[in-house]
Amino acid sequence: MTVLEISDLYVRFGEILAVRGISLTIERGQTHCLVGESGCGKSVTALATMGLLARGGVRTATRLQFQGADIAALDETAMSRLRGDKMAMIFQEPMTSLNPAYTVGSQMAEVLRRHRRLSRRAALGRAAELLARVGITAPGLRLGQFPHQLSGGLRQRVMIAMALLCDPELLIADEPTTALDVTVQAQILRLLQELQRELGLALLLITHDLGIVARMAHRVSVMYAGEIVESGPVADVFLRPTHPYTRGLLDCIPVPGKVAPGAPLGSIPGVVPRIRAGFAGCGFRDRCAQAVTDCAMGTPLQQASADHAYLCRLPREWTRDVA
Amino acid sequence: MKARRLVTWLGAAIVGGIALIAIFAPLLAPHDPFAQNLNARTVVPYWMDGGTTDHLFGTDQLGRDYLSRLIFGARISMLIGIMTVLTSGLIGITLGVLGGFFGGWVDDAVMFAITCRLAIPLILVALTVVALVGSSFTVVIFTLGLLLWERFAVVARTTTMQVRTLDYIAAAQAAGASRWHVLWREVLPNILTPLIVVATLEMALAILLEAALSFLGLGVPPPFPSWGLMIAEGKDYMFFSPWVIMVPGIALFILVLGINLFGDGLRDMLGVARAQ
Repeated sequence: MTVLEISDLYVRFGEILAVRGISLTIERGQTHCLVGESGCGKSVTALATMGLLARGGVRTATRLQFQGADIAALDETAMSRLRGDKMAMIFQEPMTSLNPAYTVGSQMAEVLRRHRRLSRRAALGRAAELLARVGITAPGLRLGQFPHQLSGGLRQRVMIAMALLCDPELLIADEPTTALDVTVQAQILRLLQELQRELGLALLLITHDLGIVARMAHRVSVMYAGEIVESGPVADVFLRPTHPYTRGLLDCIPVPGKVAPGAPLGSIPGVVPRIRAGFAGCGFRDRCAQAVTDCAMGTPLQQASADHAYLCRLPREWTRDVA
Repeated sequence: MKARRLVTWLGAAIVGGIALIAIFAPLLAPHDPFAQNLNARTVVPYWMDGGTTDHLFGTDQLGRDYLSRLIFGARISMLIGIMTVLTSGLIGITLGVLGGFFGGWVDDAVMFAITCRLAIPLILVALTVVALVGSSFTVVIFTLGLLLWERFAVVARTTTMQVRTLDYIAAAQAAGASRWHVLWREVLPNILTPLIVVATLEMALAILLEAALSFLGLGVPPPFPSWGLMIAEGKDYMFFSPWVIMVPGIALFILVLGINLFGDGLRDMLGVARAQ
């Protein structure tokens, strides 16, 4: 069952186009990873889906469906009824994602009282249940604590528990482990994976870490300058990266044993350009080794295989020649 | 550090003590503050030659017991201070939070209002209003309340701007919180500490302004024992009976000093707590 379907999503902030016509679908029980450099439009895509764009952000899409219902046309009240209920989101910074003025318990209970009209006692019971579910020992104690009394890993677990309070269908996780250290990161990812399997969540995972993608994703979409430049099943994309940008990203990962000490690490020269209205052609052409003058004209969407698409003029065979 | 803490507590003790005096004024005052006794005009206070324990601080030019008037005057000062801060805080914080949170034209409007307010000469407007409407306790409170909100607005606006970009605001919205809920429950509690400090400073300012207005004859009307009014009424006698302006003057000085010490100490304490 398709939980989220986005076609041709555009987001603009004044002159700047942050997202340029991306399309993606997420099925129930599936993890879809959105990967790319900072500033490529990953987070904006997530916020646009939730209807939480910052001031001045304008969203247009030919289709924005959640569980088969159009959410593009919903007003703020109807959207806020969905948010935190059927679609939930986790943010990057567990340190600042909880309100320092309230205890964990009252913040969690608040969500349930809003969406489920539970009594305070019942809400706290359900909150404790979920804290236990995300692996927090002594949930009763944690409910009475303030965020500053918890470690980063604990706070992120609280955030996850909070997102799951109302049994969401879709969970959007915006770099949920970036701010955590590696061991905690692994625990949180394992937790997300377990929860997804058990609850049949559709998970939209935003990250810049290809290691996380390899480990978590069923499908991956590589974003660059507001566009999805390559998208497909994760094994396919990683084994046969067809877009020059995806190849570049994968080449940037240092592999112990393969990278000689002292040799420079891989990098893609340049930075993500800001795309203004009226921009034409491939957004990556200034940084691309394969760029030709035609790249300024436009880029075709091609199929590397039945389920694996990429946005480039190069034929799908080129990648094997280089590799 | 320790000395600073001591000074803060001293400030708190002064404010608390004067508040208690104000609350229990009828029990504490030895005489009726309004009762005149023309046979006992400008009786010298206890510590001067010829002073009696009956009138510890002497009497004024109409023979009213000065200590009793001072005690009842504390009520007026505290009440003016608190009510003004409540009124101006309500206006200033509302405007500041709205401007800081919504930005855009709302913020422009709030900034314009703040600029306009800053362009208004305080005393002059207060004088005009009181002269037009007549002086009464309520008029003074509302005039000061409507004039002293700009610092609340400025502080509320900037702190709201800082808070609104934090993730927990977005997280609350992502959890389905309404705009009202976000403003009331997420933003407000987190900007409250600097606002409390502003409130103490504004309170001191309001008390001084009330004294100034009363001194000019446009504040609390006689025969109410406002400290500013006591100084005004006593100024003709200051050469022969200097205590009639010294006593309320020192009382005013101590109260304002206490509030400021407390406010400064509060700011340092909360600032330190935040840095940790």
